[in-house]
Amino acid sequence: MSDSELPVVVAMSGGLDSSAVAALLASEGRRVVGMTMQLWNQRRLPELASEKTTGRCCSLDDVYDARHVAEQIGIPYYVVNFEQQFEEHVVAPFVAEYLAGRTPIPCTLCNNFIKFDQFLAMADTVGAEHVATGHYARITRNGETGRYELRTAVDATKDQTYFLFGLTQAQLSRTLFPLGERKKTEVRDLARSLNLAVAEKPESYEICFVPNNDYAAFLDAYLKEQGVTAAGQEGFIVSEDGALLGSHEGVHHFTVGQRKGLGISSPEPLYVIATDSASHQVKVGSSEALLRGSLVAKDVNWISVEALTAPRRAQVRIRHRHLPAPATLSPVPEGIEVRFDEPQRAVTPGQAAVFHDGDLILGGGWIA
Amino acid sequence: MRHHYFDYNATSPLTAPVREAYLAALEEGYGNASSIHHFGQVAKQRLESARRTLASHLGASSKEIVFVSGGTEADNLALRGIVSARDHVVVTAIEHPAVLATAAALEREGIAVTVVPVPSSGIIDAAALERAMRPSTRLVSVIHANNELGTIQPLAEIAKVTRVAGALLHSDGVQAFGKIRVNVQELGVDLYSISGHKLGAPKGIGALYVRKGTPLCAVSWGGHHEGDRRPGTENVAGAAALAVAAETADWSQVSALRDRLEERILQRVRDVHVNGTAPRIPNTTNIRFDGIEGEALLIALDLQGFAVSSGAACSSGSVEPSHVLTAIGLSPREARSSIRFSLGPVHTPGDVDALADAVERSVAHLRRISTDSHPSRGVHVHV
Repeated sequence: MSDSELPVVVAMSGGLDSSAVAALLASEGRRVVGMTMQLWNQRRLPELASEKTTGRCCSLDDVYDARHVAEQIGIPYYVVNFEQQFEEHVVAPFVAEYLAGRTPIPCTLCNNFIKFDQFLAMADTVGAEHVATGHYARITRNGETGRYELRTAVDATKDQTYFLFGLTQAQLSRTLFPLGERKKTEVRDLARSLNLAVAEKPESYEICFVPNNDYAAFLDAYLKEQGVTAAGQEGFIVSEDGALLGSHEGVHHFTVGQRKGLGISSPEPLYVIATDSASHQVKVGSSEALLRGSLVAKDVNWISVEALTAPRRAQVRIRHRHLPAPATLSPVPEGIEVRFDEPQRAVTPGQAAVFHDGDLILGGGWIA
Repeated sequence: MRHHYFDYNATSPLTAPVREAYLAALEEGYGNASSIHHFGQVAKQRLESARRTLASHLGASSKEIVFVSGGTEADNLALRGIVSARDHVVVTAIEHPAVLATAAALEREGIAVTVVPVPSSGIIDAAALERAMRPSTRLVSVIHANNELGTIQPLAEIAKVTRVAGALLHSDGVQAFGKIRVNVQELGVDLYSISGHKLGAPKGIGALYVRKGTPLCAVSWGGHHEGDRRPGTENVAGAAALAVAAETADWSQVSALRDRLEERILQRVRDVHVNGTAPRIPNTTNIRFDGIEGEALLIALDLQGFAVSSGAACSSGSVEPSHVLTAIGLSPREARSSIRFSLGPVHTPGDVDALADAVERSVAHLRRISTDSHPSRGVHVHV
């Protein structure tokens, strides 16, 4: 059997991008099997329910849309259930990280442990060599080193490599990102030209299981469901020099760089500079106090290079919407030290530091 | 690719004689059976003729048949139409959700409900049921043939218990009626649910047998249809189709094919077990494949053209393993590694052999890839 006869499994979310991927691959004559991962039961945490929670990830509406598209392009389609794994590998760590005073990225955990792991294993069951997703990113193969390389998307405004830095060589070797070379506008035009049912569907920018991006409300509801009381989470808001400014209901309501919701009046804007889960303190200060000249990235995964043995130059992205900043990477015992040429605002523990060399993603790790 | 259907316990295609009767009734019997004029009379005649036919296949009289929309409505009507405040209800742990969820709803409304456990055979122990009886027990509901295992429950034996205790006996006969001989007199049931689409009639028609003198109340309102027990314009064509389905159902050849399938799988695939024991309805076997995700096997078989069923209804968003399989003592993992094969009267030995081949191939493939060291592991996160 030649490679093109092996089925390719498309992870269909019910959104425009993954629908377009399924249609594109089918139009190329590939044997496409569509699958939607059921990750989160939207009937859970009913106190979070609102009109806006419909049409969200894993909602029946999205499954309906994905199924409709599969029917339009004439491919077999299945819903596969990963709720248990998603809870274990994504939701529980997400909650634990916030309680530990860090700001996690569940999408990266989902990519590492669900989409490119459990889902890849599901692709094995139908004999598929590749999985394809609607991510905006590119995978290339380096002829000299033989390594699979991850590169930023042609459409820089849609680039999603920040969430993909954890992918291993084995995972990349079996992954297709057909949209990496395309502009979002082209993708929508394509969906329109094929009359795909989702051609006009708006984009979602939220964390899929957190309604309205209100992660604090999600955490409270989840902890309540788990029988964990919020009591004992409260603490004080203090200034840089330790002066008491106010109180709060838990460090998990705050993230570094946050300005809103502090409940403190001040002549100049105040930002969260740090949170400390041990003392339950939230430290606030001026915009300048947010600047950091360096960070240490832990649990680094290298993609386009095998490892880093000596310092090297790179551009480092510390948030999804952050412009990669020039820096020097150096191996240190705890991981990789990143020393920025210019201090960067809001270096946030729990977020990722992703190392770029132009459009090439060298690798990345978690900000300690 | 030719697709083979081995999921008759989920639903079944229309059979040729049923289709003919159904279309004829749609075209000629379209009047409202409550109307006084000619068209109403034609519809009414067809409806009552269907009722007589169906009754005769149950050993019942026609006045004891209430046409409803299907098995779920029949079960709801049987429970809600009988039970009132301060009553006690007994059900088994392997009932269909139409009974279990209705019992749970009654419980929320203050009715006492006992769920009787079921042993690993998948067959209820009448003595265990007897121990659950109370003076206030009003209704006992026992599924005739379980939809997942196919196991047939000793209704006649259970009826002796309920009769002595002064309770009514309801049975969900959705999977049994048409596949095995059903005679409500011999079984001793007071209420018996039937669904058309399991035996070649269309979706949307079913019936509840209600023994003469059983005080069944309506649970919805709006008309005097069906002896004041089920309001709504009658589904005449559906009733006609159900009657013909009951008349023409012939599953006599199916058990040999089911046994052939089961034997082939047991011989050729290692580490497999049949869930539940005889007596079973002729078309069903539920097989557990150690170490296999049932969902993955189902998809692999479907992509090869074989439609079967796993216990978990994952597409509806549920990750819970089958309550029937866990009730008979399977672990959640064992329950998730089980597949239900349910045959129909159309299958040939060749179909069954092709299915067995596909099962053998797919299980071998799935076991091979699960023993390979997992090639792809993401980076670990500190928490």
